Amino acid sequence: MNIVGLETIVFAVEDIASCTTFLTDYGLIPVDVTEVGGRFEALDGTAVVLAHTSDTSLPASIGNGCMMRKTVMGVADQETIEAITAELSKDREVRKLADGSIESTDDSGFVIGFQITTRKALDLAGEISNVPGSPLQRPVNHRAVDVNAEIRPRTLSHIVYFVPDPVKAEAFYVERLGFRCTDRFEGAGPFLQPAGTLDHHTHFLIGAPPFMQGVEHFTFHFSGPTEMMQNGSRFIEKGYQAFWGPGRHIFGSNWFWYFNSPFACHIEMDADMDLHDDNWVPRVVPMSADASQAFLMRHRTKWSPGKDTPHNGDYD
Amino acid sequence: MTDVVETSLGNVTVLCHVNDIEEGASKGFLENDAGHDLFFVVKQEGQLYAWRNACPHVDGAPMAWRKDAYMDAQKIHVTCHAHGALFEPKTGLCIQGPCLGQRLEKIPLHVSEAGEVSILFADIHSRNGL
Repeated sequence: MNIVGLETIVFAVEDIASCTTFLTDYGLIPVDVTEVGGRFEALDGTAVVLAHTSDTSLPASIGNGCMMRKTVMGVADQETIEAITAELSKDREVRKLADGSIESTDDSGFVIGFQITTRKALDLAGEISNVPGSPLQRPVNHRAVDVNAEIRPRTLSHIVYFVPDPVKAEAFYVERLGFRCTDRFEGAGPFLQPAGTLDHHTHFLIGAPPFMQGVEHFTFHFSGPTEMMQNGSRFIEKGYQAFWGPGRHIFGSNWFWYFNSPFACHIEMDADMDLHDDNWVPRVVPMSADASQAFLMRHRTKWSPGKDTPHNGDYD
Repeated sequence: MTDVVETSLGNVTVLCHVNDIEEGASKGFLENDAGHDLFFVVKQEGQLYAWRNACPHVDGAPMAWRKDAYMDAQKIHVTCHAHGALFEPKTGLCIQGPCLGQRLEKIPLHVSEAGEVSILFADIHSRNGL
């Protein structure tokens, strides 16, 4: 199954205006957004789609206050659409929608869709560091930092589900859709990679009680740690509330910064995720904070002695 | 900004006037360096209630999605915007979400005859070592 990754995530919300501001401040580009919703795109066209809760054309919520109504995956070609249709039709309904995509349900009850990807190919250099001795350097006279830089997410990265039966949930993606487990947190669940990408994961599953079933977070890739942290800092200056980060994960190596959101889940900003192919041997470790973060940084408003700094500094 | 005054009850932090918070709205106070409030006040049916900004699901987890935004879109429930937990604004009881059945930590509020809303230092700083 040549599934290349996430294409769109659809949320139904009450307050379209506030959510529009939130996603725009995150850096996504509003496309055809009205008072009833619209698309919020990354540079490659992958997107979050907002709709109003009164929109009866949407799949129902799985409950528990989950606002995510559908996760759409992009596939390489029509053959993959037909292969997924044939596979899933063995034991569940597969609906063919007017736009050519298909819609069904995974083994946890989440509504999933598949469409031929419309991702735009990006030809934009990422963050390049000047490292003594490295053959790869930033061009001379190119600055690493631009305080006025326009920052846009590059592409939809991954989604994390709370699922009541992680073994069953994983089996669906692995056995029916051809995903691979790249790493695993014992007692939580697997990081999953579909066949059409080398990204460490597009899905991560966390076992949780049924009353928690829903989304833990979703995220877009940014061009590098500098862009991610600059964007996160701007987000905080606008009053948004950080939950965890900035830091760097061990599994996947991606830089992370998690924020609360009006979508009943976290939203993350991430950058520089590891790529893995068939030669990779999955790691298995117990779930813990120490196993999740290589390091974690802390914001400090006052960072040098001077006006308004207490006599004992800012380290009380 | 909040003002600190000495009273017979001890040091008091004056927060706002009762009319400064609209019905169904919420407002956070004592923001730290990371932009997180220590606690927040909500108004329901004309009464003010204050809760520590710490979801019982994850110890100390901040709850708003934006500065002062602690309520759901309908302004009915206090919400933790980490995972969508809903709390009764009057009791602090979680009625939906990962911390189902647990409660927020209440901060006692004092309202003067003039409508001035305040808290006692001792009520908020004991656990934080401030």
